[in-house]
Amino acid sequence: MARELALRDALNEAMSEEMRRDESVFLMGEEVAAYNGAYKVSKGMLDEFGPKRVIDTPIAELGFAGIGVGAAMNGLRPIVEFMTWNFAVLAFDQIVNNAAKTLSQSAGQFKCPIVFRGPSGAAGQLAQQHSQTFESWLANVPGLKVVSCIDPADAKGLLKSAIRDDDPVCMMESELLYGYKGEVPEGEYLVPIGVAAVRREGTDVTLVSFNKMMLPTLEAAEELAKEGISAEVIDLRSIRPLDHQTIVESVKKTNRLVVVDESWPLAGVSAEVAYEIQKYAFDYLDAPVTRVNAADTSLPYAPTLVDEYMPNAAKIIKAVKEVTYVK
Amino acid sequence: MSTVTDKTKKVRKAGATKYDKEMYLKWYELMLRIRKFEERALMLYGQQKIRGFCHVYIGQEAVAAGIESAITNEDAIVTAYRQHGTALGRGVPANECMAELMGKETGVVKGKGGSMHFFDKSRRYFGGNGIVGAQIPIGTGIAFAEKYRGTQNLCVTMFGDGAARQGALHESFNMAMTWKLPVLYICENNGYAMGTSVERTSNVMELYKLGYAYDMPSETVDGMSPESVHEAVSKAAKHIREGKGPYYLEIRTYRYKGHSVSDPAKYRTKKEVEEYKEKDPVKVTERKLLSEKIATEEEVKAIKEKVKNEVEESVKFAEESNYPDPSELYTDNYVQKDYPYIMD
Ligand SMILES: Cc1ncc(C[n+]2csc(CCOP(=O)(O)OP(=O)(O)O)c2C)c(N)n1
Ligand SMILES: [Mg+2]
Repeated sequence: MARELALRDALNEAMSEEMRRDESVFLMGEEVAAYNGAYKVSKGMLDEFGPKRVIDTPIAELGFAGIGVGAAMNGLRPIVEFMTWNFAVLAFDQIVNNAAKTLSQSAGQFKCPIVFRGPSGAAGQLAQQHSQTFESWLANVPGLKVVSCIDPADAKGLLKSAIRDDDPVCMMESELLYGYKGEVPEGEYLVPIGVAAVRREGTDVTLVSFNKMMLPTLEAAEELAKEGISAEVIDLRSIRPLDHQTIVESVKKTNRLVVVDESWPLAGVSAEVAYEIQKYAFDYLDAPVTRVNAADTSLPYAPTLVDEYMPNAAKIIKAVKEVTYVK
Repeated sequence: MSTVTDKTKKVRKAGATKYDKEMYLKWYELMLRIRKFEERALMLYGQQKIRGFCHVYIGQEAVAAGIESAITNEDAIVTAYRQHGTALGRGVPANECMAELMGKETGVVKGKGGSMHFFDKSRRYFGGNGIVGAQIPIGTGIAFAEKYRGTQNLCVTMFGDGAARQGALHESFNMAMTWKLPVLYICENNGYAMGTSVERTSNVMELYKLGYAYDMPSETVDGMSPESVHEAVSKAAKHIREGKGPYYLEIRTYRYKGHSVSDPAKYRTKKEVEEYKEKDPVKVTERKLLSEKIATEEEVKAIKEKVKNEVEESVKFAEESNYPDPSELYTDNYVQKDYPYIMD
C-alpha cells in the first residue's frame, strides 16, 4: 500500500526509520531540533529522539561539518543538514578535503560514513547568493557520492541508502519542492545509489534531468506528445556515480538527447552526460546532444531576470525541436 | 597594550547625554523613515509586489541612527541582509530602496539584488551580505585598504548575534588586532538568530567578551537609544582614528517582527516582545522630543508628514518603474564587456 507523502515527510521518515534502526545515526544542523527544521523536514524528531540525537548547532557550518567528519571517523553515522547548500560552501573544506579523502589518506583504515544534506537550486527571487546548484561542484570530487532527487518515494529510499552507505554522501533536495507530493510505499525499502529511473517511455527523443528540473521536463514531454513527438524521460537521481548505461540504452532507441540541468553550463552535469553519450552512443546519434541549463550568469533578483535565467518547458521544447529538426 | 574595559554590569542607558536639537531631530527623522519605509514594504510584500526574503529592521532603528551621526560620509559600512535601515541611514534615497525591493531597474542596484543586497559605492556602502558572517572579514579588508592607502577612514562592520558564532569572526578579530586595522565591529545583538536564542548557541552569552580573547577594546551598548549608540560609536571611532586599531561594540537591540516575512516567531513570548515595545526607539524619542520640549508638536508633525510623503512617493516611483530588460542578465557578471558567455 502506498500513500501520498510530501517530499519533506518522506525525508523525515527516512531519517527517523534509520535512527530507530541504528543508534549511531544522529542529525545535526541549524534549526533542526527546537524549530523542527527551517523547512520542517525534521518535524517531530527532537520529540522522538531527544537532544542527544537531534542537535541544534550555532551558525558555524565549517565547524559542525568537521565535527560530523570526526564523529564519522570515530564510529558514528552523522546526518549533517545544511539549511541550504549555498551555506555549505563554508564547509567545503571539511567535505572536500576530509570527508572525501579520509579513506584514501588512511589507506582504508578510516571510513567516513556521513550524509550531508539540504536543498540545492534556485527558489524564486532569492538573488545571487541563495540560488545556486551544487551537484556538479561536488560530483567532481572522487570519494564523494552525490544524489539529487525530489520524487518523494525515491528520495526516501535514496536517503536511507545514503545513511547506510559507508562512504560520504551529499544529498541535494529542493527548497521549492519540500511540499511536492508523491506516492510512497509503506514498509521498508531502499533505492540504490547510482541508478537512474525512466519516468516516461518514448521513442523520438531522450530527455535527461534531475531534481526540480524534472517538473518542466515532464511538462515538456506532455506538451510534445500533443504535437506527436514521443519523449522518453530519465531522472538521474544519482549524479555520482552517474548511470550512463540507462541513458545509452535510451538513446539507442531514440537517437536524440536533450539534457535539462539547472547547473551552470561549463563543466556542469549536462557536460558530463553529453560526454558519456558521444563516447558510448556515438553511432546511434542522429543529432548533436543538446542541453538546457541555467544561464551562464549569477541569478539576480528581478522576476524578468529569473525568467530569463531558469530552464523551463518552453526552452526544453525548443531544444527538442532543434534535435528532432521540427520547425 | 590592552585597553580592555569590562562593562558587564554597566549597560549604557538612554538619556545619559544631552545633544542639540538638530541631532535629536536628525535621529528621529531617520528612525521614522526606516520604520515607515519598512511598514510599507511589508504591506507590499503581502500584495506580492516584493518577493523572496525581506528581513526588516523594525525595532533596531536606533542602531543605524546612532552610528550615522557618529561617523563621516567618508567612512565605509558593510552589513548583513537585514540592511534597509543601514542603507537609508547612509542616505540612499527611499525611491531607490523601494524600487530595489520591487526588483525595478531604477533600484539602487538596478533590481538585481533585492532586499538583501543593496550597494551604493557613492555613499561608501559596501552592501548587504546574505551569507551569515561573510561580511566580517570583508569589512576587515575594507579597513585594511583604508590603512594601506593612508586615509583617516574606518569601516563599520556590522553583524548579528548569530553571525558572531562563525569562525570568520575570530580569524578577523585576530588579524585586525594584530595589524591594528581601522575597523569598528558592531554586533547587533537582537537576541535571536532565526529561531535560536543567544543562550542556545554558546556558553559565552556576553557577546562583547569575544573581543577579550584578542585584547580588543570591547563594550556593550543599549541599542534602543540613539544617544547611547552615538556616544559609544563616537568614542570607538576616536580610538580607531588615533591609529590604535579595531574596536568592538555589542549593541543590544531587538527585532519586533519575525526573522523574515514567513517566520511566526513562536520561539519567544508575547510578554518579551511587549517589554521591548516599551522601549521602542521611535516612540521613546518622539516622547522625549515633546516632553523635554526639544521640539514643538508642529515640528514633529512636519517630520511625520515629510516622511510619509517620501515613503508614498517611493512606492509610486517604484510602481511606475520598469523591471530590468531580460538582457540585463548578461551584464555585470564580468567587467570585461565582450565576455564570451555560453549561450547554448
Ligand atoms: C552561512 C549561512 N548560514 C545560514 C544562513 C541562513 N540564515 C540566514 S539569517 C540566519 C540567522 C542569522 O542571525 P543573526 O546573525 O543574529 O542576524 P539577525 O537575523 O538577527 O539580524 C541564518 C541562520 C545563511 N544565510 N548563511
Ligand atoms: Mg540576531
